[in-house]
Amino acid sequence: MTTLTKELELVSVTKRYGATVAVDAINHKFQPGGYACLLGPSGCGKSSTLRMIAGHEVVSDGSILLGGADISDLPPAKRGTAMMFQNYALFPHLSVADNVAFSLKMRGIDTQTRLKKAGEMLELVDLSALSDRLPDQLSGGQQQRVALARALITRPQVLLLDEPLSALDPFLRIRMRGELRKLQRELGISFVHVTHGQDEALALADEIVVMNDAVIEQAGTARDVFNAPTTAFVAQFIGGHNVVALPEGRFAIRTDAVGLSQTDTGKLQGSITAVEYQGAHVSVSARIAGDQDISALIPEHTFFNNPMNPGDQVGLIWEDANMHKLTA
Amino acid sequence: MALPIMAVLMFFLVLPIVMIVTVSFWQATEFSIIPAFDFENYEFLFGSNVTYRVFFNTFKYAFITWVFTLSIGFTVAYFLAFHIRSLTWQIVLFLLCTIPFWTSNIIRMISWIPFLGRNGIANSTLISWGVIDEPLDWLLFSDFAVILAFVHLYTLFMVVPIFNTMMRIDKSLIEAARDAGASGTQILWSVIIPLTKPGIMIGTIFVVTLVMGDFITVRFMSGSQSANVGRLISNDIALLAYPSASATAVVLLLTVLIVIGIMLRFVDIRKEL
Repeated sequence: MTTLTKELELVSVTKRYGATVAVDAINHKFQPGGYACLLGPSGCGKSSTLRMIAGHEVVSDGSILLGGADISDLPPAKRGTAMMFQNYALFPHLSVADNVAFSLKMRGIDTQTRLKKAGEMLELVDLSALSDRLPDQLSGGQQQRVALARALITRPQVLLLDEPLSALDPFLRIRMRGELRKLQRELGISFVHVTHGQDEALALADEIVVMNDAVIEQAGTARDVFNAPTTAFVAQFIGGHNVVALPEGRFAIRTDAVGLSQTDTGKLQGSITAVEYQGAHVSVSARIAGDQDISALIPEHTFFNNPMNPGDQVGLIWEDANMHKLTA
Repeated sequence: MALPIMAVLMFFLVLPIVMIVTVSFWQATEFSIIPAFDFENYEFLFGSNVTYRVFFNTFKYAFITWVFTLSIGFTVAYFLAFHIRSLTWQIVLFLLCTIPFWTSNIIRMISWIPFLGRNGIANSTLISWGVIDEPLDWLLFSDFAVILAFVHLYTLFMVVPIFNTMMRIDKSLIEAARDAGASGTQILWSVIIPLTKPGIMIGTIFVVTLVMGDFITVRFMSGSQSANVGRLISNDIALLAYPSASATAVVLLLTVLIVIGIMLRFVDIRKEL
């Protein structure tokens, strides 16, 4: 099935609202049949990008290609994409089955066929038992599955998800993200998922596209982005990194790659400002010359073999391979 | 909490109705009213052909007015809610709709008379355009004039609740429908109208009760040539035939309540209240 999926590509896609530029000439090729996350803080242009792909916003400049064909000017339903909305946007007056079958009804497919198809989709998301209920009578997680089934019934090449987990409580969020990932593997179609949560992006994505200020800061596999951030923004946004300015330039160093030593053997010296016990790890913050703060995530038993307190002088060590030079 | 409201309702609603029901069983002659418990007012009412004709006329006015106020009111509300993008303009245009209500409805109604009269603006304009040779007689003092005045007076009562319901429709539902391939007409019939039903129903209740209870519009605009139930009651009152007027009022009240009861069986308006 993977071989059939088409490649989604953005070619200098731009969105302007009057004088403000929400998305500034971004280029990106999404992996066909992959799970991509558009990650960034609010207002970075990730939602506008998704809505342009879906066809709910007009592209100011540039093109969106799906399988080589320009879809920028097609209506949403003709693009081969389907969107799952942030608050799910289920029709409150229609039953679960009618919600799922809505697009088939719009195409004039007869009741029996469309309810049969809707039944199949509901089976896929494990909701067959609730097909007669109204959306109001469902939990958040169930509503989300209805929204998924409704989006998937059109057999899209690309499923677009706009912050799909933000309306759920933390426990359900973790469960639903597992289900989303599983569903994407089973269907083998591309998912493009907008989120501002880096943990969500790392857990789900084959490919992470980090956006900031209307442009793409970095794109790559989840491991590449996490292990080798190329800009200070990415290092800070993705978390778990120190951004340090050294005479040779600015570098990102993972907090768990930093170790503590005697003051004379360290690469840098600092004084400890805070020690926080986090269970498996202990987070040690130290202030080094130039008023920079560095955090070190030390395995619990290593730390307690040689415990330290705020105010102590300490050396900080790491391997050079763990230093990533930042371009911006 | 509920006590003051109960007191107000008792005094201004329940008590007058109880009085009307009581008086409707009294007897009356040309010069006196006698407290009694007698069905003769009702017997006379239901025994008379005029009653049925007048009730039919009342329903006719209510139905035709409903059709026009609904189609105009829905269109206006739809335009305000879905075509005007900015909230400021929505509020400005909405207030514009309410400006005619700064004058009394009698004045707004009477202002039609010079317009529609035999030598009025409408006729003289049509003649000068060569559309007609003779003035049209049916423009004023006719059912046409009555319904025109009703539609003019009561369309806003349709616009307000429908607009209110439409504003609560989540705009992402429209996008979701478009995402599913619905055309503009399909979005209207499959999403907007079903979700606007409670507002339509509230507007319908306003218009139907107002038209069925009216007497002054029918009298002025029909030039006393048509009658509805309200005029029947007002004529009785003019003749000091209070028991007869009360009986008619009770029957009208029950009729309106039954009509509303039937309508509420079709649409659940609780979410709007």
